[in-house]
Amino acid sequence: MENQLKLEMRGVTKHFQGKKRNAPSVTALDGVDLTVSDGEFVVIVGPSGCGKSTLLNIAGGLETATSGTVMAGGKPVTGPGADRGMVFQGYSLFPWLSVRKNVEFGLKMQGVSKAERAAAAREFIGLVGLSDFEDALPGALSGGMKQRVAIARTLAARPEVLLMDEPFGALDAQTRVVMQELLARVSRETKSTVLFITHDIDEAILLANRIYVMSRRPGTVRAVLDVGLPGERDHNSLVTEMFLELKRTIMDMLWQESQDAAMNR
Amino acid sequence: MPETDCRPKRRLAYRTVSAVSFCAILALWCLLTYGGLVSEIFVPSPSKVLAATVEMAKEGSLWRNCWMSVKRVMVGWFWSAVAALPIGMCMARSKRFSAAIQPVIEFARYLPVVALVPLTILYLGIGETQKYVIIWLGTFFQLVLMVCDTVSAVDKNMINAARTLGANRWQVYKEVIFPASLPGLMDDFRLTIGWAWTYLVVAEMVAASNGLGYIILKSQRFLATDVIFSGLITIGVIGLASDFIVKLLTRIVVPWQERLRD
Repeated sequence: MENQLKLEMRGVTKHFQGKKRNAPSVTALDGVDLTVSDGEFVVIVGPSGCGKSTLLNIAGGLETATSGTVMAGGKPVTGPGADRGMVFQGYSLFPWLSVRKNVEFGLKMQGVSKAERAAAAREFIGLVGLSDFEDALPGALSGGMKQRVAIARTLAARPEVLLMDEPFGALDAQTRVVMQELLARVSRETKSTVLFITHDIDEAILLANRIYVMSRRPGTVRAVLDVGLPGERDHNSLVTEMFLELKRTIMDMLWQESQDAAMNR
Repeated sequence: MPETDCRPKRRLAYRTVSAVSFCAILALWCLLTYGGLVSEIFVPSPSKVLAATVEMAKEGSLWRNCWMSVKRVMVGWFWSAVAALPIGMCMARSKRFSAAIQPVIEFARYLPVVALVPLTILYLGIGETQKYVIIWLGTFFQLVLMVCDTVSAVDKNMINAARTLGANRWQVYKEVIFPASLPGLMDDFRLTIGWAWTYLVVAEMVAASNGLGYIILKSQRFLATDVIFSGLITIGVIGLASDFIVKLLTRIVVPWQERLRD
């Protein structure tokens, strides 16, 4: 029997109606099955335009599926909620609030008392290593620091699942590696359940317990891979045999995808 | 950072250029009048305008009329802001509401306010209310669309983040959309206060017994161009002052925005 499922998507399909009249509708997702168990770190990799962001938005309740079911914690998803906290690629911090107030935001919305909020904020800001910047405004922070605040803010609201949409996509390569290690550590320490989207294969292997490889549009699940690497990974695992083997497998799949796409065109 | 060192210098340069351009206009004015290039009747000399202003200030009519005009602008504009803020916000957030109200507003926006003056006099007489309504008509339809644009421009990511952090609809408005659009709203306010002064003059030129617009109109009958110039300059100075006050207020209300720009 499997672990308790935090997120369960069955046969999720999404059509987008064309803008013009009589324009054919575009199928972004076609019958996607996906599960995320308690404490699991699941990564979705796929070429850009494969509908992976749409899939995440459907899980977050920001978009609705054309057909299929989405369950979070055993209950059907009807809209966004604090049980599914999201971190976006673009910086979504509130620039008028200090780092501390940003991190407290979710709890404040949920009506948590001031003292409890302050304690939680301190804890999570410490966890992402920004204790010295509690009173800074987001405008004064670098891109990597902003995303660290965004992660702390989402975790502080105590979500059941953390949904991350290419959160490090806008960062430079060095910062990205630092952030990946930080996220791996933080998610381990907080025993978070994460669904993470990327088109970066290294990032996927570094972070994931399980990887969903998606096909080009219409997005379907091409393969689900268990990552046999030990739980604690860092940038050194990027050059191990196992890692490279896995990377080759995924690259082959994605290459095949682009090949197919080229042939169809 | 080198930029921090440059900033005061750049600001000084900016102010110097502004002052020079202002002085150039003043110099041209002096040249035209003291040099006898245009008739005193059409363009009075700076000293004559100053004298007229001082005289009006001494007898108190300047202050009285200034106050009347400022009051009309503030009241008329205030009610247009009060109405435009919620309506513009709702238009930005709800397609259905926008569909219902946008065509009406776009239509009303193109009606010249001057053409509405006769109706307002018929309906409201020539009291203060009519002045307020003219200014309201002149600014509301513009402001509501500006508010709508400003609120629409709020980063979707921010709203989505708030919703997935557990904010309900009302909290999203209050805690995210409003503060996020505040810098833009302050700019909208600043611009529409400027326009309110235009409509004030419209209101005061048609049916009023006081105010700066009235003074200007009355002076035309007596060929008192020095008083006309004095009135115009006063309106300009008040306009500059109100602009400055709103800018200052912006810096107090949204201090984070300043730091964001730097």
